Amino acid sequence: MASQQFCTFSVDQLFFGVKVLQVQEVIRLQTMTVVPQASSMVRGLINLRGQIVTAIDLRRRLHLPDRENWEPMNVVIQTDEGAVSLLVDEIGDVLEVSDDVLESPPTTLKGKVKEVITGVYKLEGRLLLVLDTAKAISVGESTSKNKEEAAA
Amino acid sequence: MGEMDAAIQEFLVESDENLSQVERDLVDFEGHPQQQETLASIFRAIHTIKGTCSFLGYSKLESLAHTGETLLSLVRDGEFPLSADITSALLHMVDAVRKMLAAIEQTGMDGTEEYQDLKHVLIALQKGEVPTIPTESSEASASFPEVSVAAASEPESSSVQPKAELSATDMDGMDAAIQEFLVESDENLSAVERDLVHVEGHPEQQTTLASIFRAVHTIKGTCSFLGYSKLESLAHTGETLLSLVRDGDLALTKDIASALLTMVDAVRQMLAAIEQTGHDGTEEYQDLKNVLVALQKGKATSGASEVSWPSVRSSVSFNIQEAPEVSIQNLHQPVNAEISAPEIKMEPVSQPTPSMKKNQAEPSAADVKGLSAADSSIRVDVGLLDKLMNMVGELVLTRNQIGQGLSKLEDPSLLHASQRLSLITTELQEGIMKTRMQQIGTIWSKYPRVVRDLAPTLGKEIRLEMEGKETELDKTLIEAIKDPLTHLVRNSVDHGIEIPSVREERGKPREGRLLLRAYHEGGQVNIEITDDGGGINVERVVEIAVKKGVVTVEQAAKMPERELLGLIFQPGFSTAEKVTNVSGRGVGMDVVKTNIEKIGGTIDIFSEPGQGSTFKLKVPLTLAIIPALIVTSAGERFAIPQVSLLELVRVDGENGAQNIECIQGAPVYRSRGQLLPLVYLNKVLGLGLQPNLSGLDGADTAASNIVVLQAESRRFGLVVDEVNDTEEIVVKPLGKQLKGIPIYAGATIMGDGKVALILDVPGFAEIANLRDREKDQVETEEQARSLSSGQPLQPLLLVKVGHQGRVAIPVSHIARLEEMPDSIKETAGGQEVVQYRGTILPVLRLSTLLATCGYAAAEPTGHFQMVVVRERGRQVGIIVDRIMDILDVRLGPLTRSELSGILGSAIVQDRVTDLLDIHMVWQHIPLNEAEVDSAERVGV
Repeated sequence: MASQQFCTFSVDQLFFGVKVLQVQEVIRLQTMTVVPQASSMVRGLINLRGQIVTAIDLRRRLHLPDRENWEPMNVVIQTDEGAVSLLVDEIGDVLEVSDDVLESPPTTLKGKVKEVITGVYKLEGRLLLVLDTAKAISVGESTSKNKEEAAA
Repeated sequence: MGEMDAAIQEFLVESDENLSQVERDLVDFEGHPQQQETLASIFRAIHTIKGTCSFLGYSKLESLAHTGETLLSLVRDGEFPLSADITSALLHMVDAVRKMLAAIEQTGMDGTEEYQDLKHVLIALQKGEVPTIPTESSEASASFPEVSVAAASEPESSSVQPKAELSATDMDGMDAAIQEFLVESDENLSAVERDLVHVEGHPEQQTTLASIFRAVHTIKGTCSFLGYSKLESLAHTGETLLSLVRDGDLALTKDIASALLTMVDAVRQMLAAIEQTGHDGTEEYQDLKNVLVALQKGKATSGASEVSWPSVRSSVSFNIQEAPEVSIQNLHQPVNAEISAPEIKMEPVSQPTPSMKKNQAEPSAADVKGLSAADSSIRVDVGLLDKLMNMVGELVLTRNQIGQGLSKLEDPSLLHASQRLSLITTELQEGIMKTRMQQIGTIWSKYPRVVRDLAPTLGKEIRLEMEGKETELDKTLIEAIKDPLTHLVRNSVDHGIEIPSVREERGKPREGRLLLRAYHEGGQVNIEITDDGGGINVERVVEIAVKKGVVTVEQAAKMPERELLGLIFQPGFSTAEKVTNVSGRGVGMDVVKTNIEKIGGTIDIFSEPGQGSTFKLKVPLTLAIIPALIVTSAGERFAIPQVSLLELVRVDGENGAQNIECIQGAPVYRSRGQLLPLVYLNKVLGLGLQPNLSGLDGADTAASNIVVLQAESRRFGLVVDEVNDTEEIVVKPLGKQLKGIPIYAGATIMGDGKVALILDVPGFAEIANLRDREKDQVETEEQARSLSSGQPLQPLLLVKVGHQGRVAIPVSHIARLEEMPDSIKETAGGQEVVQYRGTILPVLRLSTLLATCGYAAAEPTGHFQMVVVRERGRQVGIIVDRIMDILDVRLGPLTRSELSGILGSAIVQDRVTDLLDIHMVWQHIPLNEAEVDSAERVGV
C-alpha cells in the first residue's frame, strides 16, 4: 500500500498536512516587517537567512478570527516562486499515512476551508486535511477587497 | 591483437584530429592563399593519414588519401592555385575519410565504399581540369553516399536509429555535442544573416563573402558529423551557391541574397527541430534547394524568397547512387559516440569550438574579422552568472551586517579588516555586474535584416542607421527590451515612414531614415528610435482614443501634447486602418510600455507632424544592487532608490511651514516659484501620525522632511518623518502576493537583518499625479488671474526703509545688490554719485524718494546698502536701509496709491508692503543719449 509522509499542523480545531518534501523548514515566530496596504492575510516579510519570505496568516486566510496573544509557528513551504511561510497555531508530528484512507473532501466542510484542501485522510479520531499550498498562499490583492470578503 | 587495438585506437584518435585540422586549414587557406605553411601543414596531415593506414592495412582509405595527397602536392608546388573546386573536393575527401574511420571503428574494416567518383574528381582536378560545377556538386554529393542523400528515403529511421544504439553515457556526450552545435550554429547563422545584408550593400567586400562561406561550411560540416542529413544537404546547396558568388562566377543579386536568407531561416527551423526532437525534422526543403540550384546555374528565379516550406518530395532529383550495403549513417553515429567521451569533447574543441572561443584557426565566422581579441574570451552559461550575481548580493548584505556590528566595537584591526572587506566586496560586485553586461548591438544586429525584409513588402525604401551599439546593458535587461524594441522598429517601418511617392511630394528623399541611438546618461541607458517619417497625428490619436473610450473629450482637452501622444500606449489602442501581419493589432504598444516599465524603465514619444517621430526609452543600467536613501515613517524604515532622488528639503519653523499650502485640498510645497505636489507617506501607508492638512496655512509649525522625487518628468515631494542615510541595498523581488501593490518596488534586508520595503517612485508619482493635474490647473488659473488684473507674477526684492517701512522692488529691474562704505559717496553736479565699476553711478536714497509717503530716514551706520537698477541707457543706485529678501510673490489685489513713487500696496508675507514705482525713480535720472545708442548696439 502506498503511503505518504506529511508534516502536520493545526489551526483551531482543523488539522492540516503538507507533504514533507514540500516543507522547507518549521521555525518559530520571527521578526516580521509589516507591509502596509497589502492584504491583511499577509502578516509581513521575514528574513530567512538572506531570503525574503512572505508570511501568510493561515487563520486569516481561512477567515478565522484572530487570537489574542497569538504565538504562531512558521511553516516555510517551497512553491514555484520561492519560499512562502504559513503562520499556524501549532505544529504536529510528521505522520506517515496510507493512501487507502485518502478521500475527497467531505461536503460538510466549510466553504473557506474546502477551497484550500485537496483531500482528506481518515485517521483514527480525526481527519487530516491535505492543504493545497498553491491555493493557500494565493491571497487577494488589496485590503479593501479582503474587508469585503470578511464582511460577506 | 591487444596491441593492434591500441594502435588502431590511436590511429583513429589522431586521424580525427588531423582531419579536423585539415578541414580548418583548407578553408582558412582559401581565404589566405599566400600562406604556404598552411598548405604544407595540410599536406603533411594527409600524408600522415595515408602512411598510417597503409601500415594498418586499410587499402581503400589509403587509396583515397593518396589521391588527395597527390592533388595537394601539385597545389603546394604551385602547379595551380587552390580553387574552390579543389577545396571542395578535398573537403569532400575529408568527409569521406571520416566515414571510413567510422567504419573502421565499428567494424574494424574501412568499409566497402570505394569512393570512385570522388577519386575521379580529384584526379580530374590534378590534371587541371575543371569539372563543371553543377555536376561536380551534385555528383560529388552523389558520388559518396552523402549521408543526406542516402538517408533521405528513410529520414525517420536513420536519425532515430543511431540514437537508440547509444548507451547512456554516450548519449550525454552526444547531447553535449549537439547542444554546442546548436548554440554555435545559431551564432553562425546570425553572423551569416548580418553579413549577407551587409554584403548586399557592399558587394565588393570579399572578406565578408568569405566569412559567410566559412560559416555555412562550418554548419554543414558539423551537421554532417552529427548526422543531420537534411540540414547538411540544404547547407551544402547553399554553400555551393555561395562559393560561386565568392569566386566571382556569379554576382550577388537580390534573388540570391534572398534565397540565401531563406535558407538561413530554413536552417533555423531545422535547428529548432533538432532541439526539440533530436533530429532535423521531416522537411526536405526541396523547393528551396531547387531555387538555390537554379541560382547556381545562373538562372534568375522569381519569388525566391517566397519559397514555401512544405514540399515533401524525395530528393530523387539529386541523382543519387544506390545506397551502399552498409548504411554508413548507422555507423556514423554510434561510432563517434564510442570514440569515448573524451573524443566527443575533443571534436567540439578541434572543430569550431562551442565552449571555447579560443582562436584555433577555426573556419567559423568568429575569427574572420581578425579577432585576435577573441583569444581571450570565454563563453559562460548565463545561469552561472545569475548564481554569481545572487551570491554577490548576499555578500553585500552580509558585509553590511558585519559593518554595522563592527562599527560598534573598538578593535582597530577588525575595523581595518572590515573596511578591506567592504572595498573588496564593492569591487567584486562591480566586476560581476560587468560580466553580465552585453552590448546592445547584440539585439540591434538583427535589425538590418528585419528592415531589409520588411520595407519592400510595404513598398518602402528605408535606411537603417545605428549609433552607439557598444552601449552596454545587463543581460536580463537586454532580454526584456528585445521584443519591445523590435516592435517599435517594425512600427516605424510600417506606420512611421511614408511610401516613396508621398515622401517626394513632401520634399523628402525617397529613402526614409530610421535611426537607432543608444547612450548612457545619468545612471540609465537611453535608447532612441527616430524616424523621419510623417510624425504622429495628434488629432487622430485623440479621435481614436475618444472613440475607444480611453479618454473623454474633456479630459483630452486638458492634456498636454506629450500625454496625448502617450495615449498610444493604452491597451486596445491602434490607429492602423487595418491590422497587418506586421503591426496594428493594437496589442503592441501597450505591451511595449508594460514590458519597459516592468524593468523599471520609461518610454516617451516625441513627434513633429510631417517631420518624424522619436521614441525614447530609458532603462536602468542594472537591477540588483542600487544606492538608496533610507527614510523612516511611522516607525518603519523604507528605501527610496537614489536614482529618482532630486533633493531633500527640510521645512521647519514659521517661514518654512508657510510654504506648504493647500490648493483645492491638496497640499503643495512652493519652491522657487513652482508648486510641488506633496504626498504624505504616512497617509499613503495608513500608519503613524497623520498630517494636519486643514491647519496648514500658517498654523502648523512642526518640521517636515520632504524628499523631492522625480518619476519620468513628474516631480513631487514625499513627506516622511525622518531621513536616515544612504546605503547600497540589494533589491529583492516581492512575492506574488505583494507584487501588484503599486507603491512597492521590492524589499531589501538592512544591516541589522530586518526587512525594509523599497518604495516604487512611479507608483507614488501616480498618487501625486492627481494632485499634479489640479496643481497645473491652479497655476494656470493664477496666471490667468494675474494677467487679467494687469499684475505680472514676479519675484520681488524686499527692502526696509526707515524703521518700519517695507518696499518691494521688482527683481527684473535689478542689476546688482551692493554694500559700500559711506565714504565713497561723492557729489557731482548736485547729485550724489559713487564711482562704480568704471562709471559714475548716480545714487538716490529711497527714504528721500518716498519721503512724501512718510518714511523717515534711518540713522547712518557708516555703510550703506544699495540696489543698482538698470535699464537701457541708464542706471541708478537706490540706497536702502536694509536689503531683506527676494521672494516669488503673487501679488494679491493692489491698493492703488495716490502717492508718487508707489504703485500700490500689497500684503507680502503678511506685512503691508509698498510696491516701488520704478518709473518715478527714472524721472530723477536724465537719460544719456549716447549710452542709449551704445546700449542698443550691444543689445542690452
